[in-house]
Amino acid sequence: MIRIENISKKFRRLQVLDTISAQLIPGQVVSLIGPNGSGKTTLIKIILGMVRPGSGEIFVDGHLISTDPAYREKIGYMPQIGRYPDNMKVGQLFGMLQHIRNASDEKTDKELIGLFELEKIFEKPMRNLSGGTRQKVSAAVAFLFDPPILILDEPTAGLDPLASEILKEKILQGKRKDKLILVTSHILSDLDELTSHIMYLQEGKLQFFKDIDTLKEETGELKLGKAIARIMKGEQFSNNWIDKIMTLRKDEKIY
Amino acid sequence: MRISFFIVLFFSFSCHARTIIVGANESCHSLKQAIIIAKDGDTIQLKPGNYKEGSIILTKSLTIIGENSPVLDGENKYEILLISGNDITIKGIHFRNSGYSALNDFASIKLVDCNKVTIENNSISNAYFAIHVSNSAFTVIRNNTISGTPTSEQLTGNGIHLWKSNNALIENNQVKGHRDGIYFEFVTFSAIKKNLSEKNIRYGLHFMFSNDDTYTSNTFRNNGAGVAVMYSKKVRMEANHFEKNWGPSAYGILLKDISDSYIIHNTFLKNTVGIHLEGTSRMDIQENIFKENGWALKVQASCEDNDFHHNNFTGNSFDVATNGTLMLNKFDNNYWDKYEGYDINKDGIGDVPYHPVSLYAMITEQNPNALLLMRSFTIQLLDRAEKAIPGLTPENLVDNKPLMKSLKL
Amino acid sequence: MIKLSRYVLYDIVRSKIILGYTLFLLIISFSLFQMEENNSRAMLSLLNIVLIVLPLVSLVFSTIHYYNSYEFIELMASQPMSRTKILLSEYAGVSISLLSAFLVGAGVPVILFAADATGFALLFTGCCLTLVFSSIAFWASVMARDKARGIGLVLLLWFYFTLIYDGLVLMILFNFSDYPLEKITLLLSALNPVDLGRIFIMLQMDISALMGYTGALYKDFFGSGTGILFTASIMLLWMVLPLWLAVRKFKKKDL
Repeated sequence: MIRIENISKKFRRLQVLDTISAQLIPGQVVSLIGPNGSGKTTLIKIILGMVRPGSGEIFVDGHLISTDPAYREKIGYMPQIGRYPDNMKVGQLFGMLQHIRNASDEKTDKELIGLFELEKIFEKPMRNLSGGTRQKVSAAVAFLFDPPILILDEPTAGLDPLASEILKEKILQGKRKDKLILVTSHILSDLDELTSHIMYLQEGKLQFFKDIDTLKEETGELKLGKAIARIMKGEQFSNNWIDKIMTLRKDEKIY
Repeated sequence: MRISFFIVLFFSFSCHARTIIVGANESCHSLKQAIIIAKDGDTIQLKPGNYKEGSIILTKSLTIIGENSPVLDGENKYEILLISGNDITIKGIHFRNSGYSALNDFASIKLVDCNKVTIENNSISNAYFAIHVSNSAFTVIRNNTISGTPTSEQLTGNGIHLWKSNNALIENNQVKGHRDGIYFEFVTFSAIKKNLSEKNIRYGLHFMFSNDDTYTSNTFRNNGAGVAVMYSKKVRMEANHFEKNWGPSAYGILLKDISDSYIIHNTFLKNTVGIHLEGTSRMDIQENIFKENGWALKVQASCEDNDFHHNNFTGNSFDVATNGTLMLNKFDNNYWDKYEGYDINKDGIGDVPYHPVSLYAMITEQNPNALLLMRSFTIQLLDRAEKAIPGLTPENLVDNKPLMKSLKL
Repeated sequence: MIKLSRYVLYDIVRSKIILGYTLFLLIISFSLFQMEENNSRAMLSLLNIVLIVLPLVSLVFSTIHYYNSYEFIELMASQPMSRTKILLSEYAGVSISLLSAFLVGAGVPVILFAADATGFALLFTGCCLTLVFSSIAFWASVMARDKARGIGLVLLLWFYFTLIYDGLVLMILFNFSDYPLEKITLLLSALNPVDLGRIFIMLQMDISALMGYTGALYKDFFGSGTGILFTASIMLLWMVLPLWLAVRKFKKKDL
């Protein structure tokens, strides 16, 4: 469904991505993890066509993405920080997206709008929304056209636990519908029960891309975070990031 | 009554009477023949038709009247009518295709040594010179329509050409397509009135060595070089209309070596230069309208004692330009639309003097290519700077009493 | 694209800056025509507004708008929408709003008080310069890295086109006054849209003076439709070229 071939990207002198290759297929829930600045968001933006790769190619459903923007119909995208036109009202945003994509009401999935109770704030301009509410809007936008591919950048960051659960449920539902779901996160705990594959990026390199069962087998750990930590340690990765995962694991009970 | 009718009838049939009728179906077929048999004081009536008679010479005091514009055709070879005499009237005839000669100034109607000749209601087309008058007095040229076929300055003659004449009256004619519409050389005590001279190759009116003349209420439009008045004295130019005389050397009026003359109540509209003055002195230029000209006035440094007052200057690209820094002419009580002063005591006269020459006008005099920068922001800043601290523009070219409101002219 | 432009336009109208610009033009134009005894002076002041204020407003407004709608552009880029379409829609929205502000603010008074050839030449030039300078602003915005640099760049461009350029031309004319400069002068004026617009108005306002020019080239140029055709086609080039460069750059740009 998504084929990534030898993608490299430099921002000025900084090598953000270094010959990344992977193939993602429907039904997978891929967790793209890595420390801050490891290139997760850049990779996602390259898949979305928002950032142009330095070299390499990406195919979605067998089509080279640089030739035709139509492939983005198949992707629902939830950005890390949703930024929207200030003067636009929430209701107008949904209306506009539906309008420019010529989508009839039957073709849309407005479940999240209902579950997040966004109708209540339809008349509010985007600039007055809090970070969390913005995330809810972003999530609702990503699922709006019921796309076969979902790309969610840090979806649960900033969401309250209730909303977080709703979203997780929605992702699970997508998985059952055989959608391809790509999620970035550094808080593994949130999603480990959903994840089928782990893609680990560090300093622009793809360190590994494995399914969860193989990972657990290799490490012998039941919990995903520990499994990864084991791998990191086994492969001599000493990195603050992994400690952070572990600490967050301990803090999990806060939620 | 009845007797006189018979007399007239008798004479007309026998070609020996006071009115001779010439026509294809008349006993007298040609104008030449009629002139031979006519006596002083007779009238020749020309019936409609096309007459090709070569050159006709007229010295008797006759009146020749055309009926419904009979055509005298010069077949592009001949001078059609040559007149030398007194008390002659030519009326209502269409002169066509007179010949061209590089040696003699061939004309459709030529007057030599005449007195009291009237040329009236004729039309002249495709002529080299249309009406050529020399050494004549009391000539009247009225209500004629003259249209030439303009080719080049050399191959086209003048419309109404007067040389060494006096007391002429040129009135209500329309001249176009000639070299100079109306040409005056050594012509005195004459008047040019209500004529329309347009689309001539060179000047609408060309005026040289002619003193004590007036021209009033004429329109000069779209001529190659406008109007030139040169080497003359005591000329009165009044209520004329100078319009759209466009070109590198086109002027509403070009004044060269003129003195003691008046330019009053004229309108200068959309000419490249309204009035160009060169070697001109003691002129009274007042109550004229200068509107939308390239330069309303170009005053060369060789001019002195001219008085420009009570004129309206509106919408001109440049009000005044000059080629020197010395200015011996007077400007006062004019209305300048570019004036930005104020009038605190409300007497209608601006409290700050107006300098009609801008720095930019001086720049374009030196460097004509700079014309393309007209009205640019940069140029405006330069002009403003110069207005604040004058250095390059002539200091004494100034209207000390600029009017706040335009004059009703 | 039309749909998208509608949303851009809607957003601009809501911001009220355009309304202020319209009112500014309207008040200035009306008071000029009311105050001055004859129209020629009012037209002269309007000419200055068209040649100086209008490029500035078009440049700054378009640039600010571009940066302010960056979120919108990002949102649209994640939708199945080509980059070209997105930028052209933005341009269309901005230029249509600036054009209508000019046509209402200056067009209505001109038609009421000075509906002659000069008046229409002024309006035509105003419209052309609006389109040209918003096009240039888009190019500058796409090129510049951030809002501050973008605005700085367009201010510099404005300064150059309205003031410095003519100063340079004047300098060239004086330093090389011994050479035949007619063709060069004409060419130089074609390299600056403000000069081009100015000459177009001069063809109406100052034709009498222009016809005083020696040289067959000018006579031909100013005396016939050639001049109008020439200015119009170069002006068109000035609208299309910066926009085309902007689109070209924008297509490769990382959002």
